Amino acid sequence: MDRLNGPTAPPLADRLWPTSLSQVPYWAFQDEDVLRAEHDRLFHGPYWSYLCLEAELAQPGDYCTTFIGEQPVLVTRDVDGEVYAFENRCAHRGALIAMADHGHAKDFTCVYHAWTYNLQGDLTAVAFQDGIGGKGGMPPEFCLSAHGPRKLRLATVNGLVFGSLSNDVPGIEEYLGEQVLEKIDRVLGGRTPVVLGRFTQKLPNNWKLYVENVKDSYHASILHLFFTTFGINKLSQRGGIIVDESGGHHVSYSAIDRTADTDADYSQQNIRSESEYSLVDPSMLDGFSEVGDDVTLQILSVFPGFVLQQIQNSVAVRQILPRAVDSTTLNWTYLGFDSDTEAQRLTRLKQSNLVGPAGYVSMEDGCIGGFVQRGIAGAGHEFATLQMGGDQAVSSESRVTEASVRGFWKAYRDGMGFTLEDQ
Amino acid sequence: MTETGTRPATRTGTDVTVAIGRAQAHYVRCIDDDRLEEWPDFFTETCHYRITTADNHRRGLPAGLMWADTRGMLTDRVSALREANIYERQSYRHIIGQPAILRESDTESPTGGGIEVESETPFLVVRITGDGPMDLFASGRYLDRYLIDGPTALLRSRVVVCDSSETDTLLALPL
Repeated sequence: MDRLNGPTAPPLADRLWPTSLSQVPYWAFQDEDVLRAEHDRLFHGPYWSYLCLEAELAQPGDYCTTFIGEQPVLVTRDVDGEVYAFENRCAHRGALIAMADHGHAKDFTCVYHAWTYNLQGDLTAVAFQDGIGGKGGMPPEFCLSAHGPRKLRLATVNGLVFGSLSNDVPGIEEYLGEQVLEKIDRVLGGRTPVVLGRFTQKLPNNWKLYVENVKDSYHASILHLFFTTFGINKLSQRGGIIVDESGGHHVSYSAIDRTADTDADYSQQNIRSESEYSLVDPSMLDGFSEVGDDVTLQILSVFPGFVLQQIQNSVAVRQILPRAVDSTTLNWTYLGFDSDTEAQRLTRLKQSNLVGPAGYVSMEDGCIGGFVQRGIAGAGHEFATLQMGGDQAVSSESRVTEASVRGFWKAYRDGMGFTLEDQ
Repeated sequence: MTETGTRPATRTGTDVTVAIGRAQAHYVRCIDDDRLEEWPDFFTETCHYRITTADNHRRGLPAGLMWADTRGMLTDRVSALREANIYERQSYRHIIGQPAILRESDTESPTGGGIEVESETPFLVVRITGDGPMDLFASGRYLDRYLIDGPTALLRSRVVVCDSSETDTLLALPL
């Protein structure tokens, strides 16, 4: 691919970042220059960003518009059956090529001056290229093939379409690593997803506060009472954390522990999760084994901004997009599978209550980042402390750890090129 | 089955527009006055309640931000809001338009015979967070199936179709 030249900004070497992974400076959530550099170095850099599902491009001619960071991207399926992605920006004067979220097209014509692109993003026609009556028009040396939006590198994993704006990104298998690939395959392998609904949440906080929250298995059954009370997720369940070598990707999972039933660890902690609560209609929790094992929760993240979740039978992907220093777009796509029985589909719809902007176990995540964003105002020189479970960013059998949050910061500071210094 | 406009009053003498208008006025007061425990009483025991977006609705995608098929699930939603979920103190102010009566048909009811009425009502909801920010939180329409039995109108189904796909921060209280 041409014109995919990797990071478009130099490392932020004049910024000092703590050597210890257990310290995070609050200015990272507040600084406009940092956000600018994140776009240039991370979202435009040698990383893979989730674009859409192959299932959303079922037929040749189907397209959807999405983003890598702030960059608008158009993803298509051409008549050859292949998926293509290119910048959603006309090569002429920069207008959006496609405006709808999704649709079906033979080609794309920019509304501004009718420059036309095929489904692979090649410029195929320029209105009045030869002028009218021998007057006007483009210069004779104008070459259609020399103009066009940049085409992304693409990779597909179990129906998830990832794109990159950098030729320096390693192949997706190498990028994700064997363990993460295996856990994606566990949920999506061998079956075709069906989109059950799409919802967008506008979060009042920096995008990294949401990423931290996703990776934070420590908070899950403390902040989210609904989980704990109904045994969907307790830290005393069998489970663990996988942190990949880069630190940037993680998997947190828990399974029914058929041998243990101790609640003693919990009741001694004086946390809110122990209050009395029961459901009038518990049918929502009558789930089925999602893929034939005992795992009832698997949260998987891919650096910089992708999440695949299985919470009981609620399967969804989430796309995290920065929109300002203190504002983030979170796109939820709820999934079923074409192999679902009617009863399984009903369970998934009932369990859509668990997740999303109104989710019983995710509602709090919509506001907690805002509480931090407001809490750290005026404290850019202070640090968050991430010492739970040590100071490393490695896999662990305990989920009472911030290892995967530290992992994110490890990958992040590497990507940003800060100068490390003991603070 | 009758296309409306031709039959303003039912055979029991109930004006369906009046019955639905009355029910909806009480429905929004119930939520806006924070009497959520009474909210499930506006529905029949077996019912459907779903909050979705115009985009999902257009595409026929079935999931909801909230999704219930029994009154019990609505009660559970209220219990969770009261006892489990964490969100900043907030309240709504619903402004609803006139219900458009789309279709009427005779139906079974607990007292024997009733009328099922399909209607559509536009709404705006302002959200007040704490005593502070006052934001236009949602606009959309209620797509309803009411069971009208004498003077009472109960919801058999309410699909809340929000015009925008975007929810600011979180959706705690029902619409």
